[in-house]
Amino acid sequence: MEQHQVVIIGAGPGGYRAAFMAADLGMQVTLIDPQANPGGVCLYRGCIPTKALLHLAKVKEEAMRAGEWGLTFQEPKIDREKVKNWKESVVERLTGGLGQLTKTRKINYIQGWARFVDPTTLGIEKIEKNDKIEKTGQSDLNDHNNHNNHNLQLKFEHLIIATGAVPVKLPFIKEFTDRIMNAEIALELKSIPKRLLVLGGGYIGMESATIYKALGSEVSLVEVTPTIMPTMDPELVGIYLRQNKELFAEAWFETKVTALEESEGKVVVTLERVNREDVKDVKDVKKEFDAVLVSVGMRPNTEGLDLEKAGIEVDERGFIKADEQGRTNVKNIFAIGDVSGGMLLAHKASYQGRIAAEVIAGQKSAFDARAIPAVVYTDPEIAVAGLSEQECKEKNISFRIVKFPWAASGRAVAMGEPVGLTKLIIEEGTERILGAGIVGKNAGDLISEAVLGIEMAARASDMALSIHPHPTVSETLMEAAELYYGHPVHIAPPKRRPI
Amino acid sequence: MKQEIKLPEIADNVVSGFLARILVKVGDVIEKDQSIIEIETDKAATDIPAPFGGKIVDIKVHAGDEIRVGQTILIVEGVKDVKVPEQNATVRDGVPAFAGMTTLLPASPPQLLSSSAPHLSSAFVPASPSVRRFARDLGLDINRIKGTGPGGRISDDDVKAHAREVIQSPKSTQFAGYAEVPDFSKWGPVDYQPMSRIRTITAESTVNSWQTIPQVVQFEKADITELEKFRLMSKAVVEKAGGKLTMTAILLKLSAMALRQFPKFNASVDMKNKQIVFKNYINIGIAVDTEQGLLVPVVQDVDKKSLTELSVELNGIAGRARNRKLTSEEMQGGNFTISNLGGIGGTSFTPIVYPNQVAILGVSKSAIEPVYLDGEFVPRTLLPLSLSYDHRLIDGADGARFLVWMCKVLEQPFLTWL
Repeated sequence: MEQHQVVIIGAGPGGYRAAFMAADLGMQVTLIDPQANPGGVCLYRGCIPTKALLHLAKVKEEAMRAGEWGLTFQEPKIDREKVKNWKESVVERLTGGLGQLTKTRKINYIQGWARFVDPTTLGIEKIEKNDKIEKTGQSDLNDHNNHNNHNLQLKFEHLIIATGAVPVKLPFIKEFTDRIMNAEIALELKSIPKRLLVLGGGYIGMESATIYKALGSEVSLVEVTPTIMPTMDPELVGIYLRQNKELFAEAWFETKVTALEESEGKVVVTLERVNREDVKDVKDVKKEFDAVLVSVGMRPNTEGLDLEKAGIEVDERGFIKADEQGRTNVKNIFAIGDVSGGMLLAHKASYQGRIAAEVIAGQKSAFDARAIPAVVYTDPEIAVAGLSEQECKEKNISFRIVKFPWAASGRAVAMGEPVGLTKLIIEEGTERILGAGIVGKNAGDLISEAVLGIEMAARASDMALSIHPHPTVSETLMEAAELYYGHPVHIAPPKRRPI
Repeated sequence: MKQEIKLPEIADNVVSGFLARILVKVGDVIEKDQSIIEIETDKAATDIPAPFGGKIVDIKVHAGDEIRVGQTILIVEGVKDVKVPEQNATVRDGVPAFAGMTTLLPASPPQLLSSSAPHLSSAFVPASPSVRRFARDLGLDINRIKGTGPGGRISDDDVKAHAREVIQSPKSTQFAGYAEVPDFSKWGPVDYQPMSRIRTITAESTVNSWQTIPQVVQFEKADITELEKFRLMSKAVVEKAGGKLTMTAILLKLSAMALRQFPKFNASVDMKNKQIVFKNYINIGIAVDTEQGLLVPVVQDVDKKSLTELSVELNGIAGRARNRKLTSEEMQGGNFTISNLGGIGGTSFTPIVYPNQVAILGVSKSAIEPVYLDGEFVPRTLLPLSLSYDHRLIDGADGARFLVWMCKVLEQPFLTWL
């Protein structure tokens, strides 16, 4: 049997980063994934296609709003087929590029599904022809369960599991269809439903709602908690909501779906209020939609990997347990990215992939990031990094929050985006920037400056004393930092605090 | 009236110790000077006496804790107007480069070197990702490095400075670079036992010596037939004085003479300043095997004491070592060491030079052997000696001369009178 030095299962942002890094460190790398090229869910059915469609939504939204400023467009025509093709061309271009980079690095790319035979052996069902993918369908690709016709076995010295996560199915959903969709199917744009129900108001639900709203659907929401994006900074979410009062035709909070019935091209949904014994207004309420998008969470994609044959331990939620270097309880096997839990974010997986490759190469690296940024690509975007207010309180850190409203930013007003906020969490005494939150146009791009600041242990004065280009919204970070010292430029200085 | 009892200063340069045992419990009524806890500092175990009496209402420490000078140990009630001496709770920054080196053991646990400079921030350590990675590559814990930048920010230079400090200190426990051991339970049942403080210090100290001192061992056998006669003859005299005339006592006396004769063996190597420190006093450490592990009490001014005085002192010191009553001062300041395993057995061994000393004399079991003298084999009592020395300072010829001199004197002790 062939002996492989480093084998990586899953070629998403974590897997391909690990593969590239390991190859660049001079190791022989084998990368296994069911897709023809690296990219994983992120590039094929997640981040990238979502952002392409969200870009269209944003263009439409801005064009419509330009009417208020004297530039009126006609109601746009949406050519679903063309939009879909464009989105697919974006995916193809990026994944094709990754395929090219894989070849350049002489990485042995195996298209197929892998599972453990024992702690040093993998069985692989290798896809010989691409047409198989057409048959199985895109969103079925991640499912290793039906793929154990091993036509290849290999031995490995080191292995990295980077198989990611898959959408959670609710107990009453047998399988996802074109009407009862998960986010991945929704991105295929098979139709634009007239009435769409989004089940789950997390960031995937909100981004999908934004896309379908722009494409012309009437979107409603069911969320089991009292708010959308419950893990995000409530102040930032509040500002987002004020600008998106009309996003949802109807929204039910603290409500769950108890049944879904698909019949005659419609989906009938049964709703029930939760946690509210006193309020019985919503009980067994039936609502009819043309499609439902289920985005209630993700679970680790480990089914069919036969982890137990390698003796790999998982936590109570099924995520593979790994240490700060990515090492599992089995010394030569690593787990990175979504499959190892924590924040399910592509950029975190990518960083972990790099670390795991370095560790395998004998370096002492470890994951010790202080600021993992998280961005919701709604309109406006919401982005956070570093410690939250809540975390600072839990850690007994003495801190002060400074907030700079975008209404005072020349550039934001000139772009017609005066509703936005930049806030910084600053440690009293050391004056270090510990956390940041931004809601507003391109918040996701702005947050990187705060990430660098937090990682570099920058003080508020470092940010305040760095010249920011005018006019840009990046100035709001500088102004927020100035605010800490009581001398912002474009808002009135706060009253002096008694010393 | 409630009053706190704090850990007093134990010895110079000692800023903390490990709490070995608590000798009292809540509710006890204690007297002034009654022992309340047992503290293990470097290699000494010390009982801490109560500065005043009263009833114990609370115990603020746990066995195994590291306790700093000035830290509250007990709360005592019913203290009658006792003036509590002001405890000096200031923590000293590290130890002078040589203070900790004249003894086998560090005067303070190594982590104190940097924990005396805590970070201002209660959040994460102020160091950039590349600096954190640099520290990790060197096997250093970034949390222990003192930053000199604004807001305590740690730079590459701070990491390097810390690394130098760690390397130069004889207590390099900060290197996290120990290799993982395999999981032995795969092959059979195992038990786990934490390393004691003394074991840890011995381990670190010997590793430090092994890595920094290029050691050569010289072997020789001394004919002690005549000396043994003298020893047995004089035993009673020494016993009367309360001592025991052992081979160790005799070797102690003769070593002092040898060190006078060969001053290089009574020196230390200071590589940092490229100089050799010659000492004008003669203090010699004696390795003592105790239940807790190896202890090395130091006999001061050996050259100024008679053999009888040394025998008495050795008797006392060995007893105190076995009863864990040695103070840390009693284990500091050695220039040379004698390790006598003759009582146990063996024909020879290679002792390890103590950090900041340059030589150690190993003594094995004497035996009667045939020696070819004046045309015939005669039975003689031979004592095997091993001298390990630091080749940075002492060359092979020096080592041979030293040991040959020792053997000659052992064979004919009266030579030293000439």
